[in-house]
Amino acid sequence: MDKTREMVASVVLLAALAGAALWADAAGEPFYVNLASRVAILGLAGVGLNLALGFGGMVSFGHAAFFGLGGYACGIIAWHAGNYEPILTWPFEVEGTDRMPPIWGVAALVCGLAAAAIGALSLRTSGVYFIMITLAFAQMIYWFAISWPAYGGEDGLSIYVRNGFPGLDTYDALSFFGIAFGALLVALAVSGRLLGSRFGAALTMARLNPVRLATAGIDPFPVRLTGFVISAVITGWAGALYADLNGFVSPTMLSWHLSGELIVFVILGGVGRLVGPVAGAAAYVLLETFVGGATERWPLILGLALLGVVLFARGGIMGALAGRARHD
Amino acid sequence: MTEPALAVEGLRKAFGGLTATDDVSLDLRAGEIHALIGPNGAGKSTLIGQIAGWIAPDAGRVRLAGRDVTGLGVAERARLGLGRSFQVSSLAAPLSARRNVMLAAQAREGSSFRFWRQVRRDRALVAAAEAALARVGLAGRGNVPTAELSHGERRLVEVACALALGPKALLLDEPMAGLGAEGSGALADLLETLKAEAPILLVEHDMDAVFRLADRVSVLVAGRVIASGPVAEIRADPEVRRAYLGED
Ligand SMILES: Nc1ncnc2c1ncn2[C@@H]1O[C@H](COP(=O)(O)OP(=O)(O)O)[C@@H](O)[C@H]1O
Ligand SMILES: [Mg+2]
Repeated sequence: MDKTREMVASVVLLAALAGAALWADAAGEPFYVNLASRVAILGLAGVGLNLALGFGGMVSFGHAAFFGLGGYACGIIAWHAGNYEPILTWPFEVEGTDRMPPIWGVAALVCGLAAAAIGALSLRTSGVYFIMITLAFAQMIYWFAISWPAYGGEDGLSIYVRNGFPGLDTYDALSFFGIAFGALLVALAVSGRLLGSRFGAALTMARLNPVRLATAGIDPFPVRLTGFVISAVITGWAGALYADLNGFVSPTMLSWHLSGELIVFVILGGVGRLVGPVAGAAAYVLLETFVGGATERWPLILGLALLGVVLFARGGIMGALAGRARHD
Repeated sequence: MTEPALAVEGLRKAFGGLTATDDVSLDLRAGEIHALIGPNGAGKSTLIGQIAGWIAPDAGRVRLAGRDVTGLGVAERARLGLGRSFQVSSLAAPLSARRNVMLAAQAREGSSFRFWRQVRRDRALVAAAEAALARVGLAGRGNVPTAELSHGERRLVEVACALALGPKALLLDEPMAGLGAEGSGALADLLETLKAEAPILLVEHDMDAVFRLADRVSVLVAGRVIASGPVAEIRADPEVRRAYLGED
């Protein structure tokens, strides 16, 4: 069965990522541990996008908005915690914090609300209009971040002290990888579960045949909107982790390049394959680090790989490893 | 008199200068098959589209069991019990027949905003889908991806989807087209047994089938109902013979 083959391929891939981090840590190479964290976090962002793009058929070219909002939520809250300046003084006082869990909660809330607003407007359109409108919203947020001086504007915002996590030393590279990898596993488990649920059945049909969905008595719009919001929350979570990984958040995280990169992870890894974006992010980061170290023209190789996938191997890396996706 | 299952009152629809539906009124009563016939381009599919909620009429009302549904969307009408099959069958090809039908059962059984329980292990949904498939004679074909089913079987899966809604009225747009004699005979037998459960508005080209199955017939020509009544009456109507049955 292809289903079990995909399961095996997914487990092997994730184990390889964790193994790489453990090996690098044992070899005293925190640089490579951080690289593994980067793969886990970018993979997490891609898993979020894949829920909308791969499973729900919503080709968002604006997911950087959620990645960046998650990053800024993290950066801004930590900045206030560092300054002892409250975030809000009215109507009630809200202090900053330097703990990851509440920061993630805020990032999720912000991204969920933003996605609800953006989705409510964008999902009235489809096809290339949807792509353009999501891009337009993301660009609006990008320009807003650049022109708003309070939090660094164009220069971005440094996180001087990495946020903490109960019971762990987040400055330890392997511990931080553990957090990022744990987040990835949680997102994968939740997504997998979701896709097998009633909601998942409706979301899948919204992609395959919205006419059938409506005829079956289910309105496609709220199904898509909910899928879009969940997708954004996962990508925003990744954004918050990415800010902590780099100790820095800037408008780059909101730029359309990043939206494009997320789409690249999904396509390289295999559209609509649960672990696909992790494979895609791994391939991307490996290419960037090792080929990019040798030649500045590494994007050319990336472009060729992408072309190859689109023309000859639609299933991407997961398709190559586990065969065609099958429904039951 | 009890409310008809479905009533259309003074429906009008124009596409630019072309009047596709011209003051159409008709109803569908409990237990009957009401056939809608007419030449190609008469406006039959456009009428079905307005009843199902895909096309907004310019004027007129649609009532389902007495309730005005004119302002409601497609999904809402389906949940109220309006089942429908398409002239060109519309299913999710990569999914199994069972999955297609389970979706309709899911809408009937309650909310689709449940995120945890796996549908594959949801006995009630699987059983409802299997029952609907068995009714249309597709027991044992549930696992087959719809893309691999025959044209006729896909038609039947659509009917099973409509049945899984627990329909109060069925709209079937040329369900027998392209089925061949054997297939359309089997479908005719099925419709005969279904009409007691939910009356059927049947768009059909095959006149033999119409005259055999229908209790009443309405004849649509250029968007207008030119005749409506029991089969025998329509058969004898000189205007119908001239306009539609190709006799002079
Ligand atoms: N969306 C549309 N825009 C313009 N004209 C349409 C549209 N849909 C149908 N028509 C026209 O309306 C008329 C009725 O079409 P239709 O309802 O499909 O007829 P039937 O199902 O009886 O063959 C045809 O002349 C068709 O070309
Ligand atoms: Mg037609």
